[in-house]
Amino acid sequence: MTGRNPTKVARLLIVDRSVRVLFHPLLLTSLYLLFAGHNQPGGGFVGGLVAGAAVAMQYVAGGIDDVRGLSRFRPWTILGAGLLVAFVVAGAPVLLGDAVLETALFEQEVPVLGKVKTTSALVFDIGVYLLVVGLVLMVFEAFGDEPAPEQIATQEEPEP
Amino acid sequence: MIALLVLHALVGFGVVAAGSRLGRTGLLVAAVPSVVTLGWLAAQAGTVLDGDDVTESTSWVPGLDLAVDLRLDGFSALMVLLVAGIGVAVFAYSRRYFSDSTPALGRLAGLLTLFAGSMLGVVLADHLLVLYTCWELTSITSYLLIGNDHTNAKARAAALHALLLTGAGGLAMLGGFVVLGQAAGTYRLHEILDTPPSGTAVSVAVVLILVGVATKSAQYPFHGWLPGAMAAPTPVSAYLHSATMVKAGIYLLAHLAPAFATLGYWRPLVLTVGLVTMVAGGLRALRQTDLKLLLAFGTVSQLGFMAVLFGLGTPDATMAGCVLLLAHGCFKAALFMVVGILDHETGTRDIHELPALDRRWRPLLALSIVSAASMAGVPLVFGFVAKEAAYQAVLDADGIWTGAVIAGLVAGSAITMAYSLRFVWGAFGAPGRRRAAGAAPAPPAPAFVAPVAALAVPTMLLGVAPGALDDLVTVADRSLDAAAEAVHLATWHGANTALGLSLLALASGVALFAARSRLAPLLASGARVPDSGQAYLVALRGMNTGATRVTGVVQNGSLPIYVAVILLTVAGAPVLVLLRDLPWEGWPDGGGQAGHVVVSLVILGAALSAAVLRRRIAAILLLGVTGYGMAALFVVRGAPDLALTQVAIETLSTVMFVLVLRKLPDRFGRRSILSLRVLRVGIAALVGVGVFLLALLAGSHRVDERVADDIIERAEPEAHGRNVVNVILVDFRALDTAGEITVLAAAAIGAVALARAGRRPPGVAPADEGVDA
Repeated sequence: MTGRNPTKVARLLIVDRSVRVLFHPLLLTSLYLLFAGHNQPGGGFVGGLVAGAAVAMQYVAGGIDDVRGLSRFRPWTILGAGLLVAFVVAGAPVLLGDAVLETALFEQEVPVLGKVKTTSALVFDIGVYLLVVGLVLMVFEAFGDEPAPEQIATQEEPEP
Repeated sequence: MIALLVLHALVGFGVVAAGSRLGRTGLLVAAVPSVVTLGWLAAQAGTVLDGDDVTESTSWVPGLDLAVDLRLDGFSALMVLLVAGIGVAVFAYSRRYFSDSTPALGRLAGLLTLFAGSMLGVVLADHLLVLYTCWELTSITSYLLIGNDHTNAKARAAALHALLLTGAGGLAMLGGFVVLGQAAGTYRLHEILDTPPSGTAVSVAVVLILVGVATKSAQYPFHGWLPGAMAAPTPVSAYLHSATMVKAGIYLLAHLAPAFATLGYWRPLVLTVGLVTMVAGGLRALRQTDLKLLLAFGTVSQLGFMAVLFGLGTPDATMAGCVLLLAHGCFKAALFMVVGILDHETGTRDIHELPALDRRWRPLLALSIVSAASMAGVPLVFGFVAKEAAYQAVLDADGIWTGAVIAGLVAGSAITMAYSLRFVWGAFGAPGRRRAAGAAPAPPAPAFVAPVAALAVPTMLLGVAPGALDDLVTVADRSLDAAAEAVHLATWHGANTALGLSLLALASGVALFAARSRLAPLLASGARVPDSGQAYLVALRGMNTGATRVTGVVQNGSLPIYVAVILLTVAGAPVLVLLRDLPWEGWPDGGGQAGHVVVSLVILGAALSAAVLRRRIAAILLLGVTGYGMAALFVVRGAPDLALTQVAIETLSTVMFVLVLRKLPDRFGRRSILSLRVLRVGIAALVGVGVFLLALLAGSHRVDERVADDIIERAEPEAHGRNVVNVILVDFRALDTAGEITVLAAAAIGAVALARAGRRPPGVAPADEGVDA
């Protein structure tokens, strides 16, 4: 980790541009999957994986430094936050006299969207989402930096 | 009640978090929960003394019948009085004992509060599993408190010794609890004791619980950790290792005895262990020169005494035990505080090194004499009342063992008298002191002595007028044993056998003390008896080497062997069962759509190519193809959720494979050994066929009804979601998900650690802290 030059990965223009175009839509898709997951296909796990795929693209384009530049938070902070959120939601009902993981339903009028139903299970799902994103970031952190010198030149082709 | 426990937790963690910023003020804050507990107990006193229980229950997991059931009955009230009352005294004392510069003082104060809360949980719990949890929390806080000075290797080793021993006992006890709870059909303590189950399993369970009791309450042969625990600061020893925590075992024993004392082995076992502990602990106390160690072995001895009384299981003996619990809490905490004061003011607590003390120390001397007299059972102090009641209870009991028990108790009491004398003599009067060392040390400040006085005064008053405790001891006795009669404590019962036994014990004790120089060589020979500390070390080393060997065999580091073992277990074991039990029902129908065939062929082709190709990157890509093929199959079968997840996972895992691949050679190594290749192909084929058969047969042999319909029906009304897969993940089976994400997090941390471990700069050894022994 120490004493390594900031990435000297040769950037391929086409990959670079494609990632720039795709990254944010992919992230949005992941959020959509997360929030729609209770009623449509999706959920925190899939959402997290899609966000992870976006991170992977970023990595392919710019190496670990680009991935690190995505967030101020360290990967393990995100991972831990996810775990914490999930367990707080799991434990919170106990304090209110319910059983562990009892789901609560909230309904509000939101100006544009109309009547919105949310359950506390969504928060649990957010925890799962954060955890999966943290997990992906941690894997890149663990295996992504310090590319072997001979492989910097012949950069691997982007995966499907 | 649960609010009290939460208060302890909040204040405890708060003070730990505040650290040493608060200085000694932290001790005042830490004392607040104990004061509140005393106030609460006073408010409940009326109800409890009327014989009613205060109960409270908070549901935890109703499906598993897990609930935080708390119950304040007479005996619990007595224990709460002990825990909170002595707690307040210890906190007051600590403020003088420690200085603002004591390292890690904030942590110590907070841990003491957390301990008080855990102990409160033990004595209030009515649910066996809650009791177990709090029991282990006391072990953990005790561990942290003994090792609070983390720079002291001896303290750390002693803390570990205590934790391992009480933890092992706790595990045995948990096993016993589960068996007992299953046999009784309930985990509520008072329900189990009202109608005790019986049978072989219950007998075994009770023995397991007794192991837990014996480790916690330092009974022979598990007493070794308690003297070691004296490495803790004296206020901690006074609180945990004499007055409260070590009585957790006795507390449980007291509950079990009325219900299970009729078991054939109970009395021989408990009474023998108790008497051996009482006599052997006392003899060890007699040859100590460190006053604190003397008290520690004295505590072991007294715990043996209590085990005998509560182990008898008769109402009278239980009553005597209750009185002894209170008396011991007062005098032992006070004596520990005296040792702490001597240590603090003179810098030593060794009989041979303590300097001569002048008349200004007389108040402390008087308090010590009162407390030591109570320990020895001298008339007109509180301990005498307990001892008289004990003798009377054993005399009134019938059984062939009463003679032996009486003999043991008298012997133990004589030894107690001898070491009580040795304590006072050693602390204040020993001749041959180095008087030349200038002026006598300055006496302790009154505020330092005040907590000792606060504990010694009840010892004195209750010795003269023990009747004040009649009501409390009566309800305590009744809550343990419904057959108990009203108690009338008195100092003078007339010239009866019990009084004679008391006097005999006291006289023998004085004789023992007078003959100390002649007995010293005899006592010293006791050092040659192998003690449990050595046994512990041998066991610990044996366990370490054993673990190393087992690891060497089981975790031999060969990935192919790991994979083969896992695959064969997963795929091979079910197939064996399948082949034996399930007949072949023919091919299932409905699998013949054109789309299936095409996708399946792609998957098969990719899988076969991945197996034979030599370039790693190509194999990985083909593996990805099989994964995407699976996703396509899911789409064809109408499962978009699964397909979505499969695609995302496949994408990510391919990228991650490539990451790892960069560190590996370009091609797989050539395998030259033919037999090894045959073996691998064989395993692969076996696993493939096994999984295939499993999938084929499992579908046609449904035993239970499909849960799917039920879940689909309940998804919308109960969990407010239409995506059933998600509803299962985050609602119906959310506990599973919580477990899975925990595993994921652990795996991620492991992966990072693993990747970084290989990268440690040369010359930096991995952090390796062995067992301090």
